[in-house]
Amino acid sequence: MFPIVETSILTPNSKLFKVQAPQIARKAKAGQFVMIRVDEKGERIPLTIADRDPGNGTITIIVQAIGKTSRKMSDLNAGDALQDVVGPLGLPTEIKKYGTVVCVGGGFGMAAMFPIARALKEAGNKIVAVAGARNESLLLWVDRVQEVADEVCITTDDGSRGRQGMVIDALKDVLTDGRKVDLVVAIGPVIMMRAVSKITESLGVETIVSLNPIMVDGTGMCGGCRVTVGEEAKFVCVHGPDFDAHKVNWDELMARLTVYQPQEKAALEKYQCEACKSA
Amino acid sequence: MPPKVERQSMPVQDSDKRAENFDEVALGYSMEQAVLEASRCIQCKKPTCRDGCPVGVEIPQFVKYLRDGDLPNSIKALKSRNNLPAICGRVCPQETQCEVQCILTKKGLPVAVGRLERFVADWERKNGVTVPEIAAPTGHKVAIVGSGPAGLTAAADLARLGHTVVVFEALHMPGGVLSYGIPPFRLPRDVTQAEIDYVRSLGVEIRTNWIVGKTYDVSEMFADGFDAVFLGTGAGLPTFMGVPGENLNGVFSANEFLVRVNLMNAYQFPEYDTPLKLGRHVAVVGAGNVAMDAARVSRRLGAEEVTIVYRRSEAEIPARHEELEHAKEEGIKLKLLTAPTRVLGNEKGWVVGLECQEMALGEPDASGRRRPVPRQGSEFVLETDMVIVAIGTSPNPLVPQSTPALQTSRHGTIIADAETGATTMPGVWAGGDAVTGAATVISAMGAGKRAAASIHAYLLEKATVRA
Ligand SMILES: Cc1cc2nc3c(=O)[nH]c(=O)nc-3n(C[C@H](O)[C@H](O)[C@H](O)COP(=O)(O)OP(=O)(O)OC[C@H]3O[C@@H](n4cnc5c(N)ncnc54)[C@H](O)[C@@H]3O)c2cc1C
Ligand SMILES: Cc1cc2nc3c(=O)[nH]c(=O)nc-3n(C[C@H](O)[C@H](O)[C@H](O)COP(=O)(O)OP(=O)(O)OC[C@H]3O[C@@H](n4cnc5c(N)ncnc54)[C@H](O)[C@@H]3O)c2cc1C
Ligand code: SF4
Ligand code: SF4
Ligand code: FES
Repeated sequence: MFPIVETSILTPNSKLFKVQAPQIARKAKAGQFVMIRVDEKGERIPLTIADRDPGNGTITIIVQAIGKTSRKMSDLNAGDALQDVVGPLGLPTEIKKYGTVVCVGGGFGMAAMFPIARALKEAGNKIVAVAGARNESLLLWVDRVQEVADEVCITTDDGSRGRQGMVIDALKDVLTDGRKVDLVVAIGPVIMMRAVSKITESLGVETIVSLNPIMVDGTGMCGGCRVTVGEEAKFVCVHGPDFDAHKVNWDELMARLTVYQPQEKAALEKYQCEACKSA
Repeated sequence: MPPKVERQSMPVQDSDKRAENFDEVALGYSMEQAVLEASRCIQCKKPTCRDGCPVGVEIPQFVKYLRDGDLPNSIKALKSRNNLPAICGRVCPQETQCEVQCILTKKGLPVAVGRLERFVADWERKNGVTVPEIAAPTGHKVAIVGSGPAGLTAAADLARLGHTVVVFEALHMPGGVLSYGIPPFRLPRDVTQAEIDYVRSLGVEIRTNWIVGKTYDVSEMFADGFDAVFLGTGAGLPTFMGVPGENLNGVFSANEFLVRVNLMNAYQFPEYDTPLKLGRHVAVVGAGNVAMDAARVSRRLGAEEVTIVYRRSEAEIPARHEELEHAKEEGIKLKLLTAPTRVLGNEKGWVVGLECQEMALGEPDASGRRRPVPRQGSEFVLETDMVIVAIGTSPNPLVPQSTPALQTSRHGTIIADAETGATTMPGVWAGGDAVTGAATVISAMGAGKRAAASIHAYLLEKATVRA
């Protein structure tokens, strides 16, 4: 069991967990993730290591409640424990001096971006962060990203914070205001990453995305996480999660995320129904 | 002369009923049958059967005790060579290992060694397992990577010799293929669990959720005081066909399908959280044990039609004969001399068919089997809404990638001495599927056993040099 030592609610649908996992805290690098299982009957889901504290032996993960497992996890608190945590998985993000890097985060993506932005900053890059959400209350870890970014652009759909509009619009402005951008990194919902990829491809800016397909083991043994990159089938859990955005077959990835939709919906409804009965 | 005893047949669950449940298919001998079967063994002075067993089970000895009704001594004799007899008795390909070498095959059917082994092991499980004597602690520490049959066997042998043994397992459950691959109707969970508990009872510590190469490296093991390392990481990486349409929704590797069902209990969704998507007409590509298991699981989960698509003829089918027969009895169809060329999908990205080509058998290839050659213009479409690819696996590269001193072959297998299991890196041994490529439970156990003996000798020598 992996004890949860601290939790905090970040936005109405996302929660931060500090989990005791000394060996993972010791080894994790920016861009890597863990697979967790909430309890004996749980499924394995991938979550990004948003931060780590090797001294205390903890890792920080941020969960956005969308389906049964992420909700079940969101119902846990300090003093509870996760059944399984394994990692750090995936290849670390390639950290080097690129020049100016624009980091685009949507949803839990900004938290997943944080360690990457920090490492890129430490490697001497200029960091421009672009964060977006539907409204101010859904913005995640903007303060922490502000610590490491040279510039932060915030957008909300309703204009409750920053400028009104979509992340994509803000990104477009940054890319076309005359400065030289050497790399774009985007993490978030697939729809957002695909939109980012379209823009940067048309502008010829190198772009890395951190893909989030459905995974089972996270160690390369099931092939469930495969995506087509260029002409090749890649297993995201071992060959990624970072890939060249312009080579990803986005339609295929979007389709593959829907494989279990009816079952996921039923499981969530059942869970919520049971939760309200016991409440 | 006493009347000649026939080879005792194995009672099985009715094929209609069993195609609907995950209970074990083979029910096991009764005491009476077991004793009768044991009496068929003529107790050869030079038992050829034993030569066929990779772990050298003292077959005549344990069979004799069984024949005489002395089960405590029978299990003791069995376990002196085999740490996991309840598993081997169920899944060993006995027909090509010990039984094929039984002297009785000259005139008739061999002694049913595997079934007897299963009987004796099951008897012990029901009547209480005794922990054997363990040698005094040697002070040496050995790390085992992977908890499949190779790792468990090496761990058990080394623990019995007095070494401190820690097993590192990537998944949340130990057992390797025994836990995630072979379905419960062939190898019930409580059997595997009991065998793993036995290995633990010898003092072996099993740490799950440790991926060597990620969580922990081989070099760190030596720095942390381990004196030797055994790699039993298996061959768990799925191979795909490389045909167009293979990433469509509804195409799965057999590994993904079986992991969801066996390891994650998806067959009990939504009680368990992991979902499964099952088609009405499932096509399974390949015809090894893995393909048979995937087909039989699909059937049990309610697929209306299950078809095995195999590019050679029935004679070349690599699965155990018994598995093939059971599959057929359960209504699984065979589409032989057929090779997929493309997976067809609809506008939503879901599988609707498998385009195939008919094959003819040509000249024998390197494996000695006749090579299938496509028959021009023979393409046809098999209607299917789910394709399971079971055409082989290769070793996971995580350990070699993180351990530069370890040499691997062109196929990604770890290079190790066939006799001792020693690798190209001092202090590191390897065995099982990680070295041979996908093989069998008993060959992995044999490799674990030989490596344990070699590690033991190395540690003793090290101790004398040090002293
Ligand atoms: C490498 C990686 C890192 C990730 N990091 C984080 C993280 O730090 N924080 C976080 O909250 N989430 C993260 N995710 C996504 C997270 O794994 C999924 O949200 C989770 O698996 C959903 O499980 P569930 O049972 O709650 O929902 P489900 O019921 O399984 O899914 C509900 C709906 O969400 C969609 N969905 C399912 N799986 C995913 C997925 N992997 N990605 C996106 N959408 C999905 C499906 O379309 C589905 O219909 C990451 C995914 C990957 C692959
Ligand atoms: C579906 C199926 C059915 C089969 N049926 C039969 C049968 O009927 N009879 C038979 O004899 N054989 C059968 N086999 C083959 C047999 O199961 C294997 O040959 C055998 O399990 C190999 O044993 P192993 O110990 O080498 O590896 P495995 O059983 O594969 O175990 C390897 C273990 O190492 C772990 N591991 C891998 N990498 C790492 C790492 N980096 N760090 C930590 N742990 C790691 C894995 O998670 C796994 O638990 C079958 C195989 C399959 C897949
Ligand atoms: S372990 Fe397998 S090969 Fe050896 S005697 Fe038993 S059944 Fe035969
Ligand atoms: S070869 Fe056959 S008859 Fe002879 S000892 Fe072995 S099992 Fe018995
Ligand atoms: S999650 Fe199974 S191979 Fe990537």
